[in-house]
Amino acid sequence: MFSLENAVAAIMLLALIVYALMAGADFGGGVWDLFARGPRAQAQRELIANTIGPVWEANHVWLIIVVVLLFTGFPAAFAAIMTALNIPLSLMLLGIVLRGCAFAFRSYDLKTYQRQRQWSRLFAISSIYTPVMLGICIGALASGRIRLVNGLPEGGFLVPWVQPFPFAVGALTLALFAFLAAVYLAVEAQDQELREDFRLRALIAAVLVGALAWVCFFLARTEAATIWAGLATRSWSLLFHIATGAAATTAILALYFRRHYLARTAAVLQAGLILIGWGVSQYPFLVGPDITVAQAAAPRITLILLLIALGAGSLLFVPSLYFLLRIFKGPNAFAIVESGLEARASPRHGGEQPPAST
Amino acid sequence: MFNAGWTSQTTHMILAAYVAVGAIIAGTHAWMLRRYPGSEFHRKALGLGLAMGVVAAALQPLSGDFSARYVANNQRAKFAALEGQFKTEQHAPLRIGGWPDTDAGQTRYALEIPGGLSFLEYGDFNAEVTGLDAFPREDRPDPRIVHPAFQLMVASGMLLLVVMVWAILTAWRRRGISEYPPLLLALAGVAPLGFLAIEAGWVVTEVGRQPWAIAGVMRTSEAVTRMPNLVVPFAISTMLYLLLASIVIALLVRQLREAPHRAFDGAPPRQEPANV
Repeated sequence: MFSLENAVAAIMLLALIVYALMAGADFGGGVWDLFARGPRAQAQRELIANTIGPVWEANHVWLIIVVVLLFTGFPAAFAAIMTALNIPLSLMLLGIVLRGCAFAFRSYDLKTYQRQRQWSRLFAISSIYTPVMLGICIGALASGRIRLVNGLPEGGFLVPWVQPFPFAVGALTLALFAFLAAVYLAVEAQDQELREDFRLRALIAAVLVGALAWVCFFLARTEAATIWAGLATRSWSLLFHIATGAAATTAILALYFRRHYLARTAAVLQAGLILIGWGVSQYPFLVGPDITVAQAAAPRITLILLLIALGAGSLLFVPSLYFLLRIFKGPNAFAIVESGLEARASPRHGGEQPPAST
Repeated sequence: MFNAGWTSQTTHMILAAYVAVGAIIAGTHAWMLRRYPGSEFHRKALGLGLAMGVVAAALQPLSGDFSARYVANNQRAKFAALEGQFKTEQHAPLRIGGWPDTDAGQTRYALEIPGGLSFLEYGDFNAEVTGLDAFPREDRPDPRIVHPAFQLMVASGMLLLVVMVWAILTAWRRRGISEYPPLLLALAGVAPLGFLAIEAGWVVTEVGRQPWAIAGVMRTSEAVTRMPNLVVPFAISTMLYLLLASIVIALLVRQLREAPHRAFDGAPPRQEPANV
């Protein structure tokens, strides 16, 4: 089971999970920017912008790691994916660029309501569109039907991804990101009413995630045979479903009982488990039905150097990331559940900001 | 990553970034000083840009020489293309300007310094310099792009250095350059040259490595995706980045308009927009 290529593939999956948990939530923030409603619409938008602001650029590191690992560690798979999924990947890239620019330009442009709203709208629309494209690409990979003949995808450039299953996964990805964002924002909100706004949004998104997960699961039976086999017929399938279901249920119950830190932990576990379920079910295929992890792997020396570089890089990167989050997200940045004080403290009322935590 | 070429190229690009940013900052504030003479804010900003730019610009010819020697010894086809050197010859001249005529196999209309190229690269006026003729036709980069781009890069850098040194000397002799309009105009005029030089330099190195994606191993034509109609994504991304560049310029101009032109002159500085 352990081999260099499996180790690199596992790190790729891990990086993708962290990308979903961190950048995914930033995309989700864009969704809630678009759906900001009611008397606190402006406060909602400000909370989203302040929450995303310090970290969103750092969060894209994870996607870059995935792409670099893919082309260095698995060049054959990289070539196949970039060719077969060229159109959705290019469309996703367009979304990433527009979204980042809209967010940055907004803070440097005129502070008039009109102008700010224009940038916000572009930011929000590209925040919705990009995760859908990401999900479509993952769904196309998961369907295990990407076959290249003479370097070109069999059936043309649309067949690999213009299918029900990839689009369902696209919708699931969007719902999942929106759910994560709402759960995080409920933790971040200092204002009680604002916190309730995002708690409600998180509950709605949780239901959507559940429903779409089932849609994907049943579509997989005919559309993504390998995934279906992994999720339904292997010895660990039931255990996996119980764990994911337990995390989802815990998240919803914790939201219901206003245990927002616990909800965040459960939501993180749920999202991580969904991606692990995909990865493990698809194994040993990197690009089904033809390319396995072992077949696509780069020469041994490349993989060794890659792992050394990752180890050395993380010595620098992990502490930087820790301090970034610790500084901008406060002492509770990594809290798994409510501290005793937080749980018992009476909710803060009114719109006043608490003293900035340092 | 750490192959033999990285030290010279990395040094050259890092210095180029400092020159380009220094030049654009100095030039922008020089322009603003013409409109707001005596503004302390613009004078200080001009000084900062100039100080950073001139140091990097003075080091850049050394780094360029280091780069050129590396290319002359290790990437002979690229070197021949960027110097417009068609024939392998001893006592090769340094060509300034000129147009490489690929049909005739010579660079026309160039100002030639006899033996200059041989001396610059190998320290000997009679050293042999490899020309494009040492390579099969299908393995040659196109000197009609590489040579003019190289000339443009060097000329931009040199002009920047001259104007910056002039500005420093003026500042030293006259104790302040903000009341010397010709110099302000010159600084403003050369402001974009740093970025122009960077772009031209990238054309030199990337077009100069053609037809190889990996020298001697894989041709660019073999590396390119099999996907047809690549002109579509090319056109879309070009238009997108032109659009983004124009927005960035518009936003920078707006920031500049709101700059505290009279700050430190007694008037309260204007509120700066919040940054994210």
